[in-house]
Amino acid sequence: MANTTVLVPEPARPLPGLSINSSQGLLQWISSVDHKQLGIMYLWMALLFMLVGGLEILLVRVQLAVPRNTFLSPEAYNQLFTMHGTTMIFFVAMPALFGFGIYFVPLMIGANEMAFPRLNALSLWLTLFGGSLMYFSFLAGGAPDAGWFNYAPLNQFNYSSSPGVDYYCAGLLLAGIGTITASINLVVTILRYRIPGMRFKDMPVFVWMMLLTACLVLASFPALNAALAMLLLDRQLHAHFFDVTGGGSAVLWQHLFWLFGHPEVYVLILPAFGIFSEIFAVFSRKPVFGYAFIVGSGIAIALLAFGVWVHHMLAVGLGNTVNGFFSASSMLIGIPTGIKIFNWLATMHGGSLRFTVAMRFAIAFLVEFTIGGLSGIAFAIVPIDLQLTDTYFVVAHIHYVFIGGTLFGLFAGLFYWFPKMSGRLLDERLSKWFFWLFVVGFNGTFLVQHVLGTLGMPRRVYTYPDLPGWGLLNMISTAGGFLMGAATLLLVYMLVTAIRRGPLAPADPWDAYTLEWATTSPPTLQNFDRVPPVRSARPWRDHKRPDDADHLKPGKKKGVHGK
Amino acid sequence: MRSIFSSATQEAERLHRLDTYFIIAALAVLLLVAALTVYYAIKYRDKGDGVEPEQTSSNLKLEAAMLVGPTLLVAAFFFLTIRTTQAILPPAGRLVPAVRIVGHQWWWEATYPGTNVVTANEIHLPVGQRLLIEGTSADVIHDWWLPAFGEKMDVIPGRLNHVWATIRAPGVYEGACNEFCGQQHAWMRIRVVAHTPADYARWLAAAGQPAAPPTGALAQAGGALFAHYACSSCHQIRGTAAHGHQGPDLTHFGSRRTMLAGLLENNPDNLSRWLTDPQAIKPGAHMPRFIFGRDSIRALTAYLTQLK
Repeated sequence: MANTTVLVPEPARPLPGLSINSSQGLLQWISSVDHKQLGIMYLWMALLFMLVGGLEILLVRVQLAVPRNTFLSPEAYNQLFTMHGTTMIFFVAMPALFGFGIYFVPLMIGANEMAFPRLNALSLWLTLFGGSLMYFSFLAGGAPDAGWFNYAPLNQFNYSSSPGVDYYCAGLLLAGIGTITASINLVVTILRYRIPGMRFKDMPVFVWMMLLTACLVLASFPALNAALAMLLLDRQLHAHFFDVTGGGSAVLWQHLFWLFGHPEVYVLILPAFGIFSEIFAVFSRKPVFGYAFIVGSGIAIALLAFGVWVHHMLAVGLGNTVNGFFSASSMLIGIPTGIKIFNWLATMHGGSLRFTVAMRFAIAFLVEFTIGGLSGIAFAIVPIDLQLTDTYFVVAHIHYVFIGGTLFGLFAGLFYWFPKMSGRLLDERLSKWFFWLFVVGFNGTFLVQHVLGTLGMPRRVYTYPDLPGWGLLNMISTAGGFLMGAATLLLVYMLVTAIRRGPLAPADPWDAYTLEWATTSPPTLQNFDRVPPVRSARPWRDHKRPDDADHLKPGKKKGVHGK
Repeated sequence: MRSIFSSATQEAERLHRLDTYFIIAALAVLLLVAALTVYYAIKYRDKGDGVEPEQTSSNLKLEAAMLVGPTLLVAAFFFLTIRTTQAILPPAGRLVPAVRIVGHQWWWEATYPGTNVVTANEIHLPVGQRLLIEGTSADVIHDWWLPAFGEKMDVIPGRLNHVWATIRAPGVYEGACNEFCGQQHAWMRIRVVAHTPADYARWLAAAGQPAAPPTGALAQAGGALFAHYACSSCHQIRGTAAHGHQGPDLTHFGSRRTMLAGLLENNPDNLSRWLTDPQAIKPGAHMPRFIFGRDSIRALTAYLTQLK
């Protein structure tokens, strides 16, 4: 009854890139406008930059392993930690999340392509060139050295006279344009290219989160791009936007940067929330608990994200009224973020849990992200922020959010979707080794940094005096870092061997719910010919269990909502 | 181990209470989430029977409870935030501060309004009084923080910020610059020496004195060299012709326990190493290498060490 299928619309004339013969190897990848190949290239780029950014921070951790170490010069240290932060945010986390988005959004909404395939390719190459340009600065006289948020007036020519900061501006501007074009592409694709019959409330949570993320990018990146352009003018043409001696303002940079920077945090976490929502549902064999609530709180986060930036600046001295306002808004945004944790717990409740590696990362995320979320609330409480901001407590906090949240989301997504993307299965035993190595290494690195912060260790110091406990805690942190490094190398090995000779994956190895599993693994160039009709948020399950389909549930008009 | 929990001021004590409430609440939430996660992971694991569980997808009452619980918790902490902020960080108005701090790359300058005292890195304060500490910067943004004093203060060029401190007991308290400020951000440490009011008055009087003239041939030669070379264009020694303001005031340099903002103990050996090659000791520091002769370094060291 439910199995009459829907024809997936295809353009009458194929795009130029699509006509290239698939035996052309690398040339085919470079010239590709296929969203799946571009998505995979985004992911490879992210992995490459992750290895580089990881190597940088391991050098930093060696320097910090013992007090008064002289392994790195302060100049080298400052370049390495600046490049680590900038790389991980802009050239690892964002490309990886967009890679999954660009690969899976069309598949999940039953489309054969993104709205603008050639723009899609442009986005990827702009981002890659932006990253390469920033790294070229190492050869051009010195990498950026003023931290990833690059505060004024330290970013001015008289305090940072190597061309590093100029490359930072140019690289991020290029990559930023790439991110904006990719976001436009995603928004249009999601709004216009859903399979007929898929309403907003039938969209997979991941698609919803990519839509919100893309909207956040479109509204927040202009602030960053404007700030970068102003900084380039300051440095190259002696404008005085951020130069205090010339009448500019040191605080203006902070406002512009964090007006971008805080929404950016949600750009990095919402897609991960989307991935986790899919994974909790599939591996609990239940629909995600409170679909409307999860999507609604995502929308609330996306709106509130633009009213919280000053919590990065509470020590700037903007006054108790301003600080109080932003304290309230920051606590407010914590509510929808925190409640989602309970949504996922409720998804597990009463389920039938399968502990695949994807699900393991999702479960670990619940605890790790709660730690990161709670330490985040500490920074919304103004007096506690005034104690702990700019100490190692912040370093611990951001890594619990970006690793425990974003990176675990990316790993979960990778283990969940790898069979679909490659048509191969990963080695289960090694995957579990990777999971434990990484989780133990991660907590070993960052848990102790909470303590270092309360002991008063400032962030971004290239060395420190031999105060009681400092050396030991830093040594533990360094050891944890190397464990994560080893785990990452294991991941690369697993990926390469699985792609070369892993066992073939079936089309739907996890008995999943959404449309990407309705095509072959890996999908053919044209994703679908026909897909099952979409009448709920779990169309592929409705197709597999026509007698128990979500839209047939008693007491409901349609869909999975309401008890 | 000194930490944010070893409060040395009344303000920090007040903050400590808030810290404690927060830690209790945060641990309770974390424990709840962790316990539920582990419990569900064990209880609801796949039994291998292939039966699909009941497809529950929402429960409005539970969802309402999930919304109300955290909201109440957050509201309570917002109330505490406002109360504590008002208590520890009221506006300064037009009050004259007890000490003015100016951040420099990479050292701290302290002046005491109403006196001619200028010092660097080691800042002397009295106990038992509610002190207004005012801060600004001469170059990039720095941040003034002593863990035992509670709240921190960004010092920003072109802006005046303040914090309050009612120190409870005499002693030495350490802190550091917390805002990344360039190459030597790590060695921009703070030492606050807290005295009883009587000791503080004595210190202030002594610190206000001009430098005593050097005694002994070597130190006198050092004084002459200090005036002859470019030293005086950056450093001030009150009572001499040296009136530079780029570097730290050296009038009573010999009475400081540490040098270079906490990097080294202040002793003649370290001082002569520093004068020999500053860039090898603190790379990036704004003190140039002058290539002094060995005799000059000995004389300068003798002179500066005498400036008690």
